[in-house]
Amino acid sequence: MEEKNTPMLEIRGITKIFHGGTINEKRALDNLSLTINRGDFITVIGGNGAGKSTLMNALTGVFPLDEGEIILDGKDITFLPEHRRARYFGRVFQDPMMGTAPNMEIAENLSLAYRRDKRHGLRWEISAKERELYAKELARLGLGLEERMSSKVGLLSGGQRQALTLLMATLVQPKMLLLDEHTAALDPKTAAKVLEITEEIVAEAGLTTLMVTHNMRDAIEHGNRLIMLKDGKVILDIAGEEKKNLTVETLLAMFSRVSGEEFASDRALLS
Amino acid sequence: MLSFDTLLTGACQGLIWAFVALGVFISFRLLDFADLSCEGCFTCGAAVSGVLIAGGVPPALSVICAFFAGCIVGIVTGLLHTKLKIPPILAGILTMTALFSVNLMIMQSPNINIGKHNTLYDQVNGLLEIGRRYSALIIGVLLVILVVYALYWFLGTELGCTVRATGDNEKMCRAQGVNTDNAKILGLALSNGLVAVGGSMLCQYQSSANSTMGVGAIVIALASIIIGETIFKRARGFVLRLFGVAIGAVIYRVIVTVIIDANIMSPDNLKLLTALVITVALGLSAILDSAKKAIKHRGSHKKGGA
Repeated sequence: MEEKNTPMLEIRGITKIFHGGTINEKRALDNLSLTINRGDFITVIGGNGAGKSTLMNALTGVFPLDEGEIILDGKDITFLPEHRRARYFGRVFQDPMMGTAPNMEIAENLSLAYRRDKRHGLRWEISAKERELYAKELARLGLGLEERMSSKVGLLSGGQRQALTLLMATLVQPKMLLLDEHTAALDPKTAAKVLEITEEIVAEAGLTTLMVTHNMRDAIEHGNRLIMLKDGKVILDIAGEEKKNLTVETLLAMFSRVSGEEFASDRALLS
Repeated sequence: MLSFDTLLTGACQGLIWAFVALGVFISFRLLDFADLSCEGCFTCGAAVSGVLIAGGVPPALSVICAFFAGCIVGIVTGLLHTKLKIPPILAGILTMTALFSVNLMIMQSPNINIGKHNTLYDQVNGLLEIGRRYSALIIGVLLVILVVYALYWFLGTELGCTVRATGDNEKMCRAQGVNTDNAKILGLALSNGLVAVGGSMLCQYQSSANSTMGVGAIVIALASIIIGETIFKRARGFVLRLFGVAIGAVIYRVIVTVIIDANIMSPDNLKLLTALVITVALGLSAILDSAKKAIKHRGSHKKGGA
């Protein structure tokens, strides 16, 4: 660990333009700056097309940026390729199919995650000791997956897969955990369970976390800081006491005050 | 009529095609990459072995050289796909097309005959003195077992696991820090290396190589894979899956030899038959699905009417 008071992540004026120079030009990120402190658990909300997923993809290097830089723990990672950034970011995607390899065993999926920051050599996979570790970690999820380590992941339900992906994202402690609407595709009960597991894992390791969600209530209930995106910019940034006392109503009022319009996402209002 | 000799010949050739089937299994099934360079690569393996044996190189060494030549072919296809972003099928076609010229350059003529030189089969027969075909059977069985276990070992290592995982879910793999470009190139190199070994063995078996011997190789390999997977449907475990592919190649080749030997059809029509068999095998699930739907539909219709 370096000094406690240096920020974990500094995003400096990043811009991403899709379909530049065409009629479909879209400024998905517009000179966005954001400083994230160590141990921050930030929830990110915003309507469709606000740039939430683009922000996640920009951090993890899915595409190159048009402008700006990203400093992670004092290191400039702006030009690092995606697979090299993987060791710093644990990611869970919205689609439960996205985060795991369906035709491989649970243990094999975990072993891939376990080697995230190592070179892949010619050692035969998964020692007995490693299996023990996986069983212990799986037991923490409380889903009984530790009994099914040799099952193919394709046989698991969406919720089980998301829980497994969460475990894979944090098995080797990342510098940051990025959750991209990871409960949006689950039924309410499963979503609540996965969120509960998320809270536990984040709290236990004190992980710096960015959680995108469509659900305003989840955004208010979880984390110590909330940011709202609109048109590729941060338009609200609420932390501390103010965040604790937030309600859906005050959040909506704040939104219309800052943006000069009503919050237009039905999904966020209804859920 | 059906004779033991026919079966033996079919089995010997099938064991040669088993290498090709195992190679294509890696690209087609594990990497989900329809790699057509296999056709040119098969010929390339035969050409390399043929030229080297004719030049006095020990046959066993020529097989190893053929393997590495195949690896290079796989790397080229892999680079075309990963670095230049050419779609898999087109990348394979480009390599295959280029290989026509490359293979002619290697052989310096459309075909070469190595009948005067000792091949691996002749050498083993010289030791065992049990006849060339029985020697071929023994070499084939031993080499296939060796290759299956070597593959099983490799695909179970950390590195092999990245190859399998890349084929299974590329996006997740990158999120887990795997360089998926390298994993694909590695898988394709291995796949084409095995295909070239198949070419090398066939060249030695028939003591000749020609520039068109690889035509249809991918279809034969696919047929073998499908036969193997159908027979070993309930097999659990990866080793059995791999053996299934190899055995599928033997079964396919035995069937073909029997058909030709019994004059059921002319060898000219063989490729058409193979293509038809694969079409049915690949399309069967779709046909069954629509048939089921049709039956259900009729059933519900009747109920509605009553």
